[in-house]
Amino acid sequence: MCLGVPGKIIEIKDMMANVDVAGAKKETCLMLLDDVNVGDYIIIHAGFAIQKVNEKEAQETLRIMNDLIKGMPQ
Amino acid sequence: MKYIDEFRQKNAAQAILKKIHEISKKKCNIMEICGTHTHAISKYGIRNALPPNICLISGPGCPVCVTSAGDVNRVIEFSKREKDVILATFGDMMRVPGTESSLQEQKAAGRDIRVVYSPLGAIDIAMAKPEKEVILFAVGFETTVPTVAATVLMAKDKGIKNFSVFALHKLTPPAMKALLDLGELNLHGFICPGHVTTIIGANAYRFIAEDYHAPCVVAGFEPLDAIHGLYMLVKQLEEGRNDIEIQYKRVVTWNGNVKAQKIIEQVFEICDSSWRGIGTIPMSGLRLKEEFADFNAEKRFGIKSETFEKPLDMILDLRLDNGDLKSEIQTGCACGEVLRGLLIPNQCPLFGKVCSPETPVGPCMVSFEGTCAAYYKYEFLQST
Ligand code: SF4
Repeated sequence: MCLGVPGKIIEIKDMMANVDVAGAKKETCLMLLDDVNVGDYIIIHAGFAIQKVNEKEAQETLRIMNDLIKGMPQ
Repeated sequence: MKYIDEFRQKNAAQAILKKIHEISKKKCNIMEICGTHTHAISKYGIRNALPPNICLISGPGCPVCVTSAGDVNRVIEFSKREKDVILATFGDMMRVPGTESSLQEQKAAGRDIRVVYSPLGAIDIAMAKPEKEVILFAVGFETTVPTVAATVLMAKDKGIKNFSVFALHKLTPPAMKALLDLGELNLHGFICPGHVTTIIGANAYRFIAEDYHAPCVVAGFEPLDAIHGLYMLVKQLEEGRNDIEIQYKRVVTWNGNVKAQKIIEQVFEICDSSWRGIGTIPMSGLRLKEEFADFNAEKRFGIKSETFEKPLDMILDLRLDNGDLKSEIQTGCACGEVLRGLLIPNQCPLFGKVCSPETPVGPCMVSFEGTCAAYYKYEFLQST
């Protein structure tokens, strides 16, 4: 039930956004977030955007995992 | 798909699993609280790929599963009594058994019960059918709560009068505390739910590290996230640390979604709540504040409140006279033990024989995220 999927905001009209989720369009309410813009990635749960996805942190996590796999010190 | 594919690379997953095998020496019990994690861990075969000294136990993090039979009964009674209403609910709730019936059976008997994907769907129905009362039967943890709170604010703002909420929301940290206090399991650490924590922030688990000396890692839901989160937790356990760490940093912060928290606080207040299989946990639920009484279905329709007869420390007596467990004894369903992590589903005598996703006996098999459903779908063949 706490399922959340990432999607990319295509268009914003007032409180509602049109979000691309793996090619499908989803009407998503933005009431729970400040400062969201077209092009942002968000996590959608029950028709609401519950958080923005932080690209920098995503890259950092992938880097940490990569270092771990390569046996670099943590 | 961005933010999914990168976190599903099979080679990387295998490599990190290998690292877990390399560092893991201690025998430990780790609980994954969240049903979405249970599902992902079963789906990707992670449970069986871990070293044998790590026991990964599924927790009570499926909102549909922990809704008490007493609460399901109240909703069913309400739907029988008030024939002119439309009940809106999330999909999984339809088949959850009360003591004698389920919403699905009520729908078959002619009640207007509709499944919505978002709480906003209930508002749409209310606007399309102004002559009907529309009641949203709202279950869910902290992830779902702000969506319902925002919907109530929106209904108030739009002056929608024929919409109300039957709220049975539950909070995660008090349930973790209750399981630790019950002491039935010797839990060494937690994989904490990614999306619940998106809202409440990872600081919410500080007391678990400080008071119970159990480390926590907040992990994402893709296979690499789950495996990496497990690696981080096992590393802490091996090094004797009790820290709170965030693996799912692309979405989770220490303080969470403050705007969502404010919206929750505006609409809801904390109350006791009754959990299936666990009992009443103090301050583990949410009810609508007095100023939103117009949107409180229980008040508006005079629905009797749950009687909290059993405090948590009387849990052992629950087997004898609590309606929930009595009915479960009658059916032989062991959901209570499964939800508390005492039994794995295949230890239930009904599992896979009488009870399957097509013919579920208990809520843990009904819900897509229920532990029994996850085991049935992904681990049945491996375990038999
Ligand atoms: S397998 Fe079925 S009967 Fe057994 S505990 Fe799970 S839901 Fe209940």
